[in-house]
Amino acid sequence: MDLTFHPESDFKLLLAVPLIPLCGYLLQIFFGRFLPRKGDWLLTGGMFATMCITLYMFAKAMNHAYSGGGHGGHDEHEALIGFFHESRHTGFKWSWLFQTGEAPDSVRNLTIGLLYDGLGAAMLAVVGVVSFFVHLFSMGYMQGDRRYHIFFANISLFTVAMLGLVLSDNIVFLFIFWEIMGLMSYLLIGHLAQDPTSHRINHAARACKKAFLTTRVGDVCLFIGFMMFFLHYETFFFSELWAQVNADVALNGWQSWHTTAGLFLFGGTVGKSAQFPLHIWLPDAMEGPTPVSAMIHAATMVAAGVFLLGRLYPVLSPEVLGVVTVTGATTAIFAATIGMTVFDIKGVLAYSTISQLGFMVAAIGCGGVGLVAGLWHMVTHAFFKACLFLSAGSVIHGCHHEQDMRKMGGLRKKMPITFACMLICTLAISGVPLFSGFYSKDKIVMASFLSLGHEFNGPALWASIALPAAAAITAFYMFRLIFMTFFGAPRDSHVHEHAHESPWPMTVSLMGLAFLGIFGGHLWLNGDLLGAHGTWWEKLVMNEHNLADLSKMYGGVELQNTYGGAAMDPHGHVAHSAHIWALGVSSFVAALGIFAAWLIYHKKKIDPARITARLGGLYTTVANKYYIDEFVEITVIKSSVVTARFLRWFDENIIDGCVLLVGRINRTLGFIAAWFDKTFVDGLVNFLGTLSNAMGSALRLLQTGRIQQYISFAVAGGLLAAAWLILS
Amino acid sequence: MGLGAYIAVSAALFALGVVAIVVRRNILYVLFGIEMILNAANINFVAFNRFNGDGLDGRMFAIFVIILAAAEAAVALAIVLNVYHLFNTTKPAEVDLLRE
Repeated sequence: MDLTFHPESDFKLLLAVPLIPLCGYLLQIFFGRFLPRKGDWLLTGGMFATMCITLYMFAKAMNHAYSGGGHGGHDEHEALIGFFHESRHTGFKWSWLFQTGEAPDSVRNLTIGLLYDGLGAAMLAVVGVVSFFVHLFSMGYMQGDRRYHIFFANISLFTVAMLGLVLSDNIVFLFIFWEIMGLMSYLLIGHLAQDPTSHRINHAARACKKAFLTTRVGDVCLFIGFMMFFLHYETFFFSELWAQVNADVALNGWQSWHTTAGLFLFGGTVGKSAQFPLHIWLPDAMEGPTPVSAMIHAATMVAAGVFLLGRLYPVLSPEVLGVVTVTGATTAIFAATIGMTVFDIKGVLAYSTISQLGFMVAAIGCGGVGLVAGLWHMVTHAFFKACLFLSAGSVIHGCHHEQDMRKMGGLRKKMPITFACMLICTLAISGVPLFSGFYSKDKIVMASFLSLGHEFNGPALWASIALPAAAAITAFYMFRLIFMTFFGAPRDSHVHEHAHESPWPMTVSLMGLAFLGIFGGHLWLNGDLLGAHGTWWEKLVMNEHNLADLSKMYGGVELQNTYGGAAMDPHGHVAHSAHIWALGVSSFVAALGIFAAWLIYHKKKIDPARITARLGGLYTTVANKYYIDEFVEITVIKSSVVTARFLRWFDENIIDGCVLLVGRINRTLGFIAAWFDKTFVDGLVNFLGTLSNAMGSALRLLQTGRIQQYISFAVAGGLLAAAWLILS
Repeated sequence: MGLGAYIAVSAALFALGVVAIVVRRNILYVLFGIEMILNAANINFVAFNRFNGDGLDGRMFAIFVIILAAAEAAVALAIVLNVYHLFNTTKPAEVDLLRE
């Protein structure tokens, strides 16, 4: 098999990646209900084909990375830009919008093309794989749903949006797919809101509305941000934007507007990737069916925000990156603490997602190796988080839609496959060595140390403290979940008796994702076991193991917001010690968290009730999610309502008053005009009529119709004329 | 007897005709009045021809007028007959269909 990437032919294949599920969606939405099994095989099969293509293309990218990348065998141009292909350079593009007065090839005309690089290749494969497994899982999990075919159609379009977003070569198309994803998340979270028999109908309706509106805040920020960049650089293409921004900054330095626009761009990530303070929609999004949660939390939606940061990293100024780091680190520890207090099995996972997203965002904010690590965490996290959610779904399915962990327990024997898969992925998310999550999380911690070691700064200090702490808490609450659900004595005999292992489409999906949860991070693809000399990920996204050279990730652009090469060199002194420290710290905190959970929830040496009692108000605050929802309720929603009321009052009184006043003035003027018309105009017309009438009446007296009278007049007239003639 | 005497008779006859037309209620008398006026004109024609003309022009006109009068009488009497059928009267004052 030829594993070299040929832009001419391979972009056509890549185009099929979003088009296959899109066609499937169109078929399904119109004809799904008439197909056998309501068409689930159609979309799952289509997604399987999509996954195969994405994996084939991923193999090409990996082949490039491992066949030496830029070290010979390829031409010089490719050695410079790395594995970075844009379809518009091979003529594979479509015109979308033309601006009047612009030449056909002007940059201000909007053309669509595909962009395929290492990051895109990996993300595409992740989306393909996770989405396929979610489709497969849904075939079991959604059995008996009233809107089964609609669910498959929607989840398919959801995937299309993410695939399109990853492949977009310009930010406008990224934004379009971003918005499609927002819409689909709304429809999928609110899936049960359309089912009149569901007892969660109101919750689902509220949750989907909340998700849509909260992410919309970020979407608007993103739009403002990229339009600011467009106004200055007049391009939407990522590659041109990166090049122009960095060329401009190299000459003139970072301007304050770069920071402003960058913060707006980051706002998009905050909304979509559920960063503090816009994280509030994600826990509520649990109202969607579990496969939807898996999609949102793993491959699509929240990953889109992190992916966006990866794509736009070169245009973010150092100040923005500081904000990114602080936001991410705060979110990580903040959500982790809430995760400890939640009893809903999906709720724990929801807060763990927010926390892990915080890790990714904080890492990207650290820049350099952190960028690579954060994006890598996005990939590994996608596998194990999808698996965790699907496992939770399997547990919920087995327990007849019971979600409260306090009613579970002892399910290990009843659901062995689910238990094994969930345990593997819990080990992965906790950062236990040799599991995928460990590698990426270890690199994130290392990035924060490295950033701190390179130059002492507040954001990096906060990240260096918060991230390891959050990692420890992650391990704690994840194992709390495992112990409460699968170990110990059954707490609710009714639930326990009816628990059963799930059907094969679900268990197969779990096993597939659990496999990736172990091996997604490392092993045979790495140079060595711990990946100290370059992991497959670094080779893929940067083409070679040289952390100093991030430019390979961005088509050869010299980045202006990253540290100098020395500090980034993983073989240098600072990097080496940072790596050792990170390795030790992350292993230690993972062990600490697991030990604490084991002590409290398995051995029951410490009663959690006593701890909560001792913490008192602090616990209540955390358990109530720091009252963020209430805060938002009071500030945003109440103020919106008050504003709306005021506007309504304004409308009803001022605007309506003005309109009515104008109306009244017009009416009065109309009355005056009517009076004038009636009096003067009509009077004149009537006067003329009356005058004619009177004259007619007067003349009528002469017209008697009596011939003899006429003759008398004639004779009289004749006599008068004669008399006048004679007398004169 | 000079021209003046003839003209005087003619004028008297004319005046009598006019008076008959104006005064009489019955349409037949009105017609008689018209005949008298026509004959007053005939007297004038003949008289002026006798005293001032040389030829027969005046007298020829008089004959034409007599023929004209006969025709006029025939038409007028036909109208009168019809009017009488329609209105059962011969008085023009009572023929008032066109008045409001």
